[in-house]
Amino acid sequence: MDALIEKLKTQIIEQLNLAEVKPADINPDAPLFGDGLGLDSIDALELIVLLEKHYGIKIQDPKDGKTIFQSVRTMAEYIKSQGKS
Amino acid sequence: MDTTITTYTRIRRQGILSNDQLFYEHNGEAATFAGDAYKHLQLSYPKFHKMDLLCKAGLLATETALKDHASFQSLDMSRVAIVLANRASSLETDRQHQRSISDKSNYFPSPAVFVYTLPNIVIGEIAIKYKITGENAFFVCEHFDAALLHDYAETLLKSEHTDAVLAGWTDVDQGLTDTLIYLVERSTDSNKNTNFKPHSFETINQLYTL
Amino acid sequence: MSQRIYISGLGIISAIGNNVEETFHSLSQARSGIGKINHLTTRYRDEFLAGEVKLSNAELADLVNDHNPQLNRNSYLAMKAAKEALVNAGIDPKDGMRTGVISSTTVAGMGKTELYYKDMVEKGTHLEVLDTHDCGDSTERIADYLGHVDYITTISTACSSAANAIMLGCRMIKQGLLDRAVVGGVDALSKFTFNGFNTLMILDREWCRPFDDTRTGLNLGEAAAFLVIEGEEALRKRGGKALAEIVGYANTNDAYHQTASSPEGFGATLAIKQALAMSGLQPSQIDYINMHGTGTPNNDLSEGTATIAVFGDKVPRFSSTKAFTGHTLAAAASVEAVFSVLSLQHNLIFPNLNFKTPMKEFNLVPETTLVQTPINTVLSNSFGFGGNCSSLIFKKA
Repeated sequence: MDALIEKLKTQIIEQLNLAEVKPADINPDAPLFGDGLGLDSIDALELIVLLEKHYGIKIQDPKDGKTIFQSVRTMAEYIKSQGKS
Repeated sequence: MDTTITTYTRIRRQGILSNDQLFYEHNGEAATFAGDAYKHLQLSYPKFHKMDLLCKAGLLATETALKDHASFQSLDMSRVAIVLANRASSLETDRQHQRSISDKSNYFPSPAVFVYTLPNIVIGEIAIKYKITGENAFFVCEHFDAALLHDYAETLLKSEHTDAVLAGWTDVDQGLTDTLIYLVERSTDSNKNTNFKPHSFETINQLYTL
Repeated sequence: MSQRIYISGLGIISAIGNNVEETFHSLSQARSGIGKINHLTTRYRDEFLAGEVKLSNAELADLVNDHNPQLNRNSYLAMKAAKEALVNAGIDPKDGMRTGVISSTTVAGMGKTELYYKDMVEKGTHLEVLDTHDCGDSTERIADYLGHVDYITTISTACSSAANAIMLGCRMIKQGLLDRAVVGGVDALSKFTFNGFNTLMILDREWCRPFDDTRTGLNLGEAAAFLVIEGEEALRKRGGKALAEIVGYANTNDAYHQTASSPEGFGATLAIKQALAMSGLQPSQIDYINMHGTGTPNNDLSEGTATIAVFGDKVPRFSSTKAFTGHTLAAAASVEAVFSVLSLQHNLIFPNLNFKTPMKEFNLVPETTLVQTPINTVLSNSFGFGGNCSSLIFKKA
């Protein structure tokens, strides 16, 4: 799980062009949206692309992102639950 | 009505010139221009890194033009207009989006790229950063057209709901930026004193050839 | 005192008709033009519906009688609609008055470029297609097709583009720079657009349902629509007939997000208020609102909130006509300007198709059937990515 979380952090930084953020800056339990990393709705869509590109997971309804993308940990748990880690 | 260009920034491949002062000189590769200039100017706006080059150039130019123009902050932002033009529209980013959909084996169109496939997004980004909510228009022209920019800004300043116009040209093609952003305001005694530049075709053309 | 601006000619081609007459017929019969994708080659052919113009490129070439192989679908549509508007106004472009063409587009020649993109990159062939790729190309084709034109320019501010073209035309006439102008917009469907909107996840897989609680997105459409606008002096001088008057317009920026509208509809509220102020009309004097109403969860919530902010509990009768044509992007505002003039001419409100369930957030119910009622004023909204918000107000001539 921890390895997956670390990998996800790097992938998120790359996919979202978070040029001023380092993996160590991201607390896996902190909210990704709102105050945390300051991500917005386009970033949420990019995270959907990330899941498809790196893990072969397709999300059809953008509303599902709300629960999956609460934090890096919830993302990792979701990937695990899909048997795709 | 007398109108004045109260501040301006010119960006070319070699660097950033603002109000007759060289703000940044770029000696590296064209590809690192925006990132290097951002660092050099010590900006702190993480969203910058997500933008396409057209928006980055627009933001850098606006930021340097407004940096030392203190009176800008006292304007009513719903009465500030933005009028920009260019030649290549959003071509640079269009290509990127097109590449992502034309390769069947690596088909991952990116929403963050697609949102920049419109030229007027640069106006949106400037509006967001400075909370400018006045009228805005983006023109696509064959070449730099001082007359169009001049006339449009004059028309707006004659209207009832505009006090200042952020105007200019911002073009990006093949990784190179060609940007001129300036602010036009009605002339007052104080803005006529310092750095006085009358708002005219001649001045706009002069600034563009800098 | 600057002169009044009148609309004296209309031209349109969209999914619901190839000219004004067919368009009016479809609108009155509540017949949507949105259906299965027929002409565009895309991986989404069986996945999404679209409002396609019901003619192939070959048929369009015949229609405008120009078989130059460089022309693309955008130009065909633009030429067809602009010519109809000019003929409808009864104008001879060579009569000595100053005529402008102010058009707008977002995708320009992309539809043709993408067909040959691989060949261009890999083999270096078909490069001549790039000559017609630019946003300005279709505008120049219109100018050539119409004959004599004194001024041309092209605006690109996403889905409010054509509204801004109409505004610029009005202003140039008021400033005495032109006597009249052909103003509007065009956007043909392309893979580029489908793929892009799909990544933003704002395409509905069913028919779009503006202002319905179950709406999940928009249907894309394609169209060209143009108006001939004239200053009162020019119109009087040539003895032309006014179809409607443009009495108010405004454009603002929402300053919220690259693509999404602010939840409180800040930019939209400001645009509607400023257009009303310019027209000198009270909110209660607006008889009908043709909404932007794309059917995306975000737009309809934001626009509805703005509408309530301006009109309070006395919201005029309203509908979105996007479920007829699909969202025609840069052309949307001129398509809906044509609809607005038809509304004024025939005293009709065209229905908001596919609406069933009011949104939870507010009590706004659009007109869902064809309504015959006196219409003297119409407000038409168009909002675009980049935060660009425009409102136009039309009045019976």
